[in-house]
Amino acid sequence: SVVCKRQTRGAAASCGWSSCPQLEKETGNRELSYSSLAENNSIKTSKYNFFTFLPLNLFEQFQRIANAYFLFLLILQLIPQISSLAWFTTVVPLVLVLAVSGVKDAIDDFNRHKSDKHVNNRPVQVLINGMLKEQKWMNVQVGDIIKLENNNFVTADLLLLSSSEPHSLTYIETADIDDNFLDQDFHFCFYLLFTGEVRCEAPNNKLDKFTGTLTLRGEKYALDNEKMLLRGCTIRNTEWCFGLVIYAGPDTKLMQNSGKTTFKRTSIDRLMNVLVLVIFAFLGLMCLILAIGNGIWEHDKGYYFQVYLPWAEGVNSASYSGFLMFWSYVIILNTVVPISLYVSVEIIRLGNSFYIDWDRKMYYPLNDTPAQARTTTLNEELGQIRYIFSDKTGTLTQNIMCFNKCSINGKSYGMLCFSYSLGFVPLCHTEKVDFSYNPLADPKFAFYDRSLVEAVRLNDVPAHRFFRLLSLCHTVMPEEKKEGNLVYQAQSPDEGALVTAARNFGFVFRARTPETITVVEMGETKIYKLLAILDFNNVRKRMSVIVRSPEGDLTLYCKGADTILYELLHPSCNSLKEETTEHLNEFAGEGLRTLVVAYKSLEEDYFQDWIRRHHEASTALEGREEKLSELYEEIEKDLMLLGATAIEDKLQDGVPQTIETLAKANIKIWVLTGDKQETAMNIGYSCNLLNDDMEDVFVIEGSTSDDVLNELRNARKKMKPDSFLDSDEINIQFEKSSKKQIIIPDEQANGVYGLVITGHSLAYALEGNLELELVRTACMCKVVICCRVTPLQKAQVVELVKKYKKAVTLAIGDGANDVSMIKTAHIGVGISGQEGMQAVLSSDFSFAQFRYLQRLLLVHGRWSYIRMCKFLKYFFYKNFAFTLVHFWYGFFSGFSAQTVYDEWFITLYNLVYTSLPVLGMSLFDQDVDDRWSMLFPQLYVPGQQNLYFNKVVFVKCMLQGIYSSLILFFIPYGAMYNTVRSDGKAIADYQSFALMAQTCLLIVVSVQIGLDTSYWTVVNQFFIWGSLSVYFAITFTMYSDGMYLIFTASFPFIGTARNTLSQPNVWLAIFLSIALCVLPVVGFRFLKAQLKPTPSDKVRRNYLIKPEILLSMAWARWGAALHRLGSAWSRGQELATAIVPSKKHRNPSGGGSVEPQALNTSLLH
Amino acid sequence: MEKKMKNKTSVATQEGDRCPDNSAFKQQRLPAWKPQLTIASVLSSFFLTGAFCLAVGVCLVLSANSVREIQIDYSDKCSDCSKLRENSSNWNKECHCSINFTLKEDILGDVFMYYGLQNFYQNHRRYMMSRSDAQLLGRNVNRSYCAPFSTYRNGTPMAPCGAIANSMFNDTIDLFYNGNSSVIQVPLLKTGNSWWTDKNVKFRNPKSHNLSSAFAGTAHPPYWQKPVYLLDEEDERNNGYVNDDFIVWMRVSAFATFRNLYRRLRRTRHFADGLPAGNYTFRISYNFPVTRFKGRKHVILSTVVWSGGSNPFLGIAYVVSGAAATLTGFVITGIHLKLRKKKTYFQKQ
Repeated sequence: SVVCKRQTRGAAASCGWSSCPQLEKETGNRELSYSSLAENNSIKTSKYNFFTFLPLNLFEQFQRIANAYFLFLLILQLIPQISSLAWFTTVVPLVLVLAVSGVKDAIDDFNRHKSDKHVNNRPVQVLINGMLKEQKWMNVQVGDIIKLENNNFVTADLLLLSSSEPHSLTYIETADIDDNFLDQDFHFCFYLLFTGEVRCEAPNNKLDKFTGTLTLRGEKYALDNEKMLLRGCTIRNTEWCFGLVIYAGPDTKLMQNSGKTTFKRTSIDRLMNVLVLVIFAFLGLMCLILAIGNGIWEHDKGYYFQVYLPWAEGVNSASYSGFLMFWSYVIILNTVVPISLYVSVEIIRLGNSFYIDWDRKMYYPLNDTPAQARTTTLNEELGQIRYIFSDKTGTLTQNIMCFNKCSINGKSYGMLCFSYSLGFVPLCHTEKVDFSYNPLADPKFAFYDRSLVEAVRLNDVPAHRFFRLLSLCHTVMPEEKKEGNLVYQAQSPDEGALVTAARNFGFVFRARTPETITVVEMGETKIYKLLAILDFNNVRKRMSVIVRSPEGDLTLYCKGADTILYELLHPSCNSLKEETTEHLNEFAGEGLRTLVVAYKSLEEDYFQDWIRRHHEASTALEGREEKLSELYEEIEKDLMLLGATAIEDKLQDGVPQTIETLAKANIKIWVLTGDKQETAMNIGYSCNLLNDDMEDVFVIEGSTSDDVLNELRNARKKMKPDSFLDSDEINIQFEKSSKKQIIIPDEQANGVYGLVITGHSLAYALEGNLELELVRTACMCKVVICCRVTPLQKAQVVELVKKYKKAVTLAIGDGANDVSMIKTAHIGVGISGQEGMQAVLSSDFSFAQFRYLQRLLLVHGRWSYIRMCKFLKYFFYKNFAFTLVHFWYGFFSGFSAQTVYDEWFITLYNLVYTSLPVLGMSLFDQDVDDRWSMLFPQLYVPGQQNLYFNKVVFVKCMLQGIYSSLILFFIPYGAMYNTVRSDGKAIADYQSFALMAQTCLLIVVSVQIGLDTSYWTVVNQFFIWGSLSVYFAITFTMYSDGMYLIFTASFPFIGTARNTLSQPNVWLAIFLSIALCVLPVVGFRFLKAQLKPTPSDKVRRNYLIKPEILLSMAWARWGAALHRLGSAWSRGQELATAIVPSKKHRNPSGGGSVEPQALNTSLLH
Repeated sequence: MEKKMKNKTSVATQEGDRCPDNSAFKQQRLPAWKPQLTIASVLSSFFLTGAFCLAVGVCLVLSANSVREIQIDYSDKCSDCSKLRENSSNWNKECHCSINFTLKEDILGDVFMYYGLQNFYQNHRRYMMSRSDAQLLGRNVNRSYCAPFSTYRNGTPMAPCGAIANSMFNDTIDLFYNGNSSVIQVPLLKTGNSWWTDKNVKFRNPKSHNLSSAFAGTAHPPYWQKPVYLLDEEDERNNGYVNDDFIVWMRVSAFATFRNLYRRLRRTRHFADGLPAGNYTFRISYNFPVTRFKGRKHVILSTVVWSGGSNPFLGIAYVVSGAAATLTGFVITGIHLKLRKKKTYFQKQ
């Protein structure tokens, strides 16, 4: 890897170790020798400047196919032999579209310029020649030493040198990066005298990693992420600090991270691209037919007609004329691919995204968080979700941890007295333990077992050791603003819960320095020397500390996941291990999160040797992590088991109901969690994922590839025995096609099943040959729970379903470990909760509570999907009906590329006359209102099956368009043929015919949009009637005397409107066209709703007939809720006595939910 | 339960700054009319439309049938003439022919005389484009859209220019009534045949003290026999660009078969009530060649009604559509009744 070398020679700052809040200023000069990629700290996020805007922006815009296509048309129009339409028919829409996008880009870029300028000109104090001087941010250079004060933004990526706080701690808020409020950095103060050298890695975008070394007077110090202040953070609670600029400007991690965003496209987008190609082909075919027609016509008729109309210059044969006519018709018929399509689609999506932002029912008042559509291009896909991949902690649960139970030295303590998953129901009558003897206790902490307190007070050695471990082995920061008022800042809520528990039981963690930990043990203050922290990561799944007690004992304390820790235990703990395992299973069975704790006394000599090697490894520039983890492994063995902790993670409000609703909407839910199998399954039961109605819940936990295969096969055999027969369609398909492109269709199991798979088995199942087996089996189950999975596996599982199922997936999570999954899925949803904002930042939609998911999908998603489909259907229809009239006219006008309509009408049709009504429909339409969409989750199913817009629907639109165009051409044709006005004067002239045809068309498409609109708000009324009026107003204006006298060449239709629209037979023809275009549609739709009703039709029918049903259903729901509460309470009694509840009893939704379900189904038939 | 509800609502009313507005628009609760396709609305639309169409259709058919029309194809009736006109070098030779016909009944009311052309592609794009509206407004234009008939080789501009003007129908048709003793020329009006807007706004002669000087420096189109200012020497207001025959011709037809109003019957004396029954003769000066492009020429005498001429299409289309709509209405009723029976049967179960 490239190593960039940066020296800070001459720049010096010195500070005392623990007694140097003051900074001694030494000579620091700015003559630095560094080789750098970035000269200074100025950043540029803007794309254009004043002069480059036009060319660059146009260049970018013409890279879009639609725009390029219109440019091509424009060029065709410039060729006189080909040009069949006035230039403005193409130029006006193109310029309008380009202008709209251009203005949007310009505003965006202007804002970026402004913010760049603002950021670059922020002042910062730089140490130059020993003096602090004010400089602009953009003039800060790599190697500078800068001073930051409280609430300052961090200027660049800095190596922290010293700060005002004790031990050079600096508090930062990382809002811009991931919103981990008040993160802390431990920073050691370096003696930087005169010469130092910093070596670091090349700039990269990994926010959580930094490797470098500092050489000072020949001594090497390791630099890692802990010692860095990254640009984008804010200094908090720290008076001042000094830092050395390591990366500046575009090299900073923040800037390296911005920019490259993966672009998600919806399935409608992809379909639209295919359809546009199909339309192009169709266009080509039409033009070809007309070109051939022209060739024949010119040969048969035009040749003889040359007396009156000689062939155009340069045309000397009929076939050449046909060739030219091909291109002329390309110009005329170009409106089948309307340029406004893409713009309109973007507007609709934007509008529907705003509705999500504005929805009060997705606003969470407790932390003032509204829902947010972070990506505005994916809305309609929300209405098509078939698989939800959910994280558990923080997503289904609140991520508020409560220390509930523990097992110490083979004895179990604690009682589960409040279960949040069952509602706030007291389960026992024991009183809370009184901690008043402990002045430092946290009053909010509740524990329900007195015996543990007694054990602690009786100086039970294991109990003391247990709590001492909890008070020492963690990375929590204490904050004691007032004496005795301790607040813990924990990176993970689990740790906070454990430290708080130790605090209440008399082992109060009070203060921390980089080298010591102060604990008040049963009222007696003790200072432990912190010798090493063996930190936690997802692979190790454990953390340890090595401390020296005031008595001088060296001890390693370790806590971690049971599977990991059990393998590191000393053989002498075997019997204790068994007892603890029993307790662990019991805890996990109750849905608690468990950790095992252990300790080990260390020998002095061995430790000294180890710490030396540790120091070496931690300053290594390459392979540091591997070396360190080897060292950690070496020392973390032969541990003595102490016991286990159990923490309850409270379920969020409304999770079971949401899951029930989503399941009814035929959405399959997969829970991917890092928790243990028992914990995960139990949460599964408590949030109604798994329940008694299931035939079976398969557990895949094989530890070899073959075991996993067998387990999967057995499961499938039970669910669908005939899927192993050779005659099974999928098996046949397997043999036929290569495995890579296979799409597995949905298979129906013979009942409702659940599947639980452990991370270990999942690793095998995700391997090449088992993938298909896994997908087939898992997708037959209603619910899949994957436990103990790594973030990478989460993404792999999502990828697997995306690959083999043609289904839209949604991933929802709240933590950094869900980011990969969120980015992989079609739609990523972030819960803005406890665990910071990293998930939210990489998500497409975000809100505060899991239960809002049902509203997002069933209401917003469904509406967006339906609106988009209706929009596309109508849009293609109206353009086909519009354009194909030219095609028919070709057969009557010598295939001469004569348009039917006035050129102005062609220009304005898509832009003015028909754009607003369809936009109005796509922004306001509701087939049923939100309450009904939530009450009838079945309404969601058509979206999943992509029923409202697909290739078949498109062909139907096309056929309808063709039919309409036939009516729209032949009715005016028949009505005008050889006809005169009632005063004997002309009406069969071209201009009258054009006006009649375009009026018919416009009224027909307006009636059609009226027919498609099922929710007529004021806006819709205004748009539809307004557009029609505008049409007539514009037409009469353009055909007026004044316009003709001023712009003679442009408005030759003078008087046509007055002379034509006053004739009764013209209006009769218009009425007939409307009736013939619309009535068949009405009849067809009605009969379809009668004979093959969609769920929406059924609901709408009832909606109209029996509105009181809504009320009764609401009552049924309340009844069910009451019932549930009652049964949960009675179950509580059982629980109190039986302690371990059977899984089957923990289904909170009981039988109460049957009622609305029954009602539901009866309504749908 | 109620208490819990209250708690919840009280929590929900604690709104922070970021709480979205509670407006009907933002919450998608705008009041709206929600029309539905119910059996009543569908059936009424079908039956009402059906009834309306049938009624209108019958009226249209009846009135179209009441139109009296006589149409005579004279393209080959004067065989010598058509042959003569095939050779363009004979352009200045006159050729006349007469066509006799008999009216068995009187044609009462206003009678219009049309000339009809078949297979004449007035709607061809290049033909249609080849005109200069500005020139026809009496303006002096340099830039012309009249290709290929804009100027002569020597640079003299054509007035009027363009393919449309050049190909103007130039047969003259007179009608004679063969009375018992004498032959009377039927009085025909040659003005008032075009739209008011065309005559008064769209077409204007160039301003000058007299018409011939207004067109000085221009030449008539190659197929014309006389310059534009001699189109009607008798009537100053029907001469030049504002000549009615010219205006009618310049309003190009939408299709290759069309008829243009040529003359109207002047209802005086003998013809005050229309054309009386008897023998008539068309005297035609045959100038317009059609055989070259396989076209046909007609002369038509016709009356009009409120719905226009004799075109039966609209009436028939209305009758057919009305019948179809009514029939579909019955079919839908049948299907609906059948389905409802099935449904009640299920409910009873």
